[in-house]
Amino acid sequence: MNTLTRSTHSSGTRGSGTRGNHNATGWLFTAPVLIILGLFLVLPVIMAAWVSISDWTGRGSPFAAGTQFVGAKNFEAVISGGGLAERDFGTALRNNLYYVVLVVPLQTIASLFLAVLVNSRVLKGKGFFRTAFYFPSVTSSVAITVLWLFLFSATGAVNKFLSLLGITGPNWFQEPAGIMHLLAQSVGIDSPPPAMESGTFLGVSWWDWLSGPSVAMSAFILMAIFTTSGTFMLLFIAALQNLQGELEEAAMLDGAGVWQRFWYVTLPMLRPTLFTVITLGLIGSWQVFDQIYTGTEGGPAKTTVTPAYLSFSTAFNNQQWGQGAAIAFLLFAIIIVFTVIQRVLLRESDSVPRRKRMNPKPSRGRSLWPR
Amino acid sequence: MATLISDTPDTTAPASPVPGKSRRQRQGKFIWLAYVVLISLAMVYIFPFLINLATSFKTEPDAASDPLSLFPATWSTLAYEKLFLNSDFPLWFGNSVVVTVLVTCGRVFFDLLAGYALARVPFRGRSVIFAGVVAVMAVPGVVLLIPKFLVINQLGLYDSYAGMIIPLMADAAGVFIMKNFFESIPASVEEQARIDGAGTFRTFWSVVLPMCMPAVMTIVILSFQGSWNELSHFIVAAQSPELTTLTKGVAQLSSGQLSAGTQYPLKLAAAAIMTVPVAIVFFIFQKKIMNSTAGALKE
Repeated sequence: MNTLTRSTHSSGTRGSGTRGNHNATGWLFTAPVLIILGLFLVLPVIMAAWVSISDWTGRGSPFAAGTQFVGAKNFEAVISGGGLAERDFGTALRNNLYYVVLVVPLQTIASLFLAVLVNSRVLKGKGFFRTAFYFPSVTSSVAITVLWLFLFSATGAVNKFLSLLGITGPNWFQEPAGIMHLLAQSVGIDSPPPAMESGTFLGVSWWDWLSGPSVAMSAFILMAIFTTSGTFMLLFIAALQNLQGELEEAAMLDGAGVWQRFWYVTLPMLRPTLFTVITLGLIGSWQVFDQIYTGTEGGPAKTTVTPAYLSFSTAFNNQQWGQGAAIAFLLFAIIIVFTVIQRVLLRESDSVPRRKRMNPKPSRGRSLWPR
Repeated sequence: MATLISDTPDTTAPASPVPGKSRRQRQGKFIWLAYVVLISLAMVYIFPFLINLATSFKTEPDAASDPLSLFPATWSTLAYEKLFLNSDFPLWFGNSVVVTVLVTCGRVFFDLLAGYALARVPFRGRSVIFAGVVAVMAVPGVVLLIPKFLVINQLGLYDSYAGMIIPLMADAAGVFIMKNFFESIPASVEEQARIDGAGTFRTFWSVVLPMCMPAVMTIVILSFQGSWNELSHFIVAAQSPELTTLTKGVAQLSSGQLSAGTQYPLKLAAAAIMTVPVAIVFFIFQKKIMNSTAGALKE
């Protein structure tokens, strides 16, 4: 936080005679933003907090007399109710967990790889390559999803391409089987061990927890990498250009090879950006909604339901507003927990290289790209 | 290609302990490999969009039988005719334009004002407000779907342009960007204007703003993209067909809520058209867009 507020002193040296004037101006200038953000971001959270502990049915105002306080009932139904709500939440959690676990590392590696390639000093046509890789990021998730549904349809371009290689592709968006289950099947494990069948967590059996992403979800995972790697590539390029190359040259003089230079010199200095990219990736990939709404609406067999979509459909389609709001808060908590864990992990391993850093002003750990 | 590369000055070669020639050769080999990898990757990134465009001009059987080809067996503009003459598509497009323009204007103005005040005006509560703005940036958007609906409904804005537009008119990230940019401009210029007798607003309008045009363009581009591509907010803010925007309309077309079936050429034509405005803005302001991340991060 101190880096963020550090700059507030920049003009605080003026005489105190204009203080009152400054106060009025400051509040006047920030008022529109404060009102809008307050009304449509802060107030909603408070209202949703009330709805999540009430039995509001969606009719009239949630603050009207008919709405009762029900305590943690909605939360209980979702995380320990033993019913459909719990199983759906468990399934959504599993689906999104596999999505995050695959998307975050893959998009980080892909974007770093692209950035290093494009940033190469002797490369011609940098602009073209940057444009090509970044373009998917500016198009809307709806348009990309429509395109993806076509590319990955049973008779789509991807399967056509696979058939040229002699592979019969699956019917991607209709295929609920998890890829880990498919792998298990390919080595002869068709049915789950009884222990994994009977034990459950959040209404989902252990066998199903280990299913891996469904084939349908895998197509969404590929799409996420396709659409986000360009944005993150730009962040990495910016950081690489900040490095000035002096240290790299020094390493080159010492006879370090390309790979050594990257691993021991460049990568440690990219740590702040790496942190930004992973954090943004984590936050973004827990919020999968547009793709699901446009593409599969949670199917096949609920294997592409995500907590964000489940919260939406529970409230708007099933009119279970309390449960929907409860799921939204649980999702919020998950995102915070993941971000904090990642922050702690990276900070600890960060402590030594930080001193070695040449760049006196490491880029701030914050991006300017809202989603 | 080899000649192109050997033309570029190799600053490191003379100082290198390794004999110049062999290093240059090794680098040349590496670059050649990099080109191969880059070009094939670029193909992977571009090809889907070419398929999108090509398929929108195909007939339905053609789209199903030869999805990879970039040249329709028979050129057909049927998909586009259907979209523009026999569907709500023009209405969706119009709604998207209205919403995007108003949201962008609002964001630029409000973010500018707030960013300027937070960077320059030393008023009481400034650091609290800024901390609040940063905190708001951390709130994940989809978590707010139900909450936003509740408030919009409560305020009587549900199913109206106001409900679709006003909540998007200020964004914390934009305020953050503006504040950063204002801080990158030396304060001495303003002090000078103030000594000459200009008031805060006057200083802001005729001295600071002209210097901030690059930052303003960044906000324009980001809010244009953001509001043109926005989906979830419009889902929870309105329901009547007259208020459907492009994203919502195409999403419903795609998921079959409008019982469109598998009309891939039609859906892909819709996807292509909705990409055109952002693509135009992107290609005009490419440099700006690419550098805005870099510039802002560098401080």
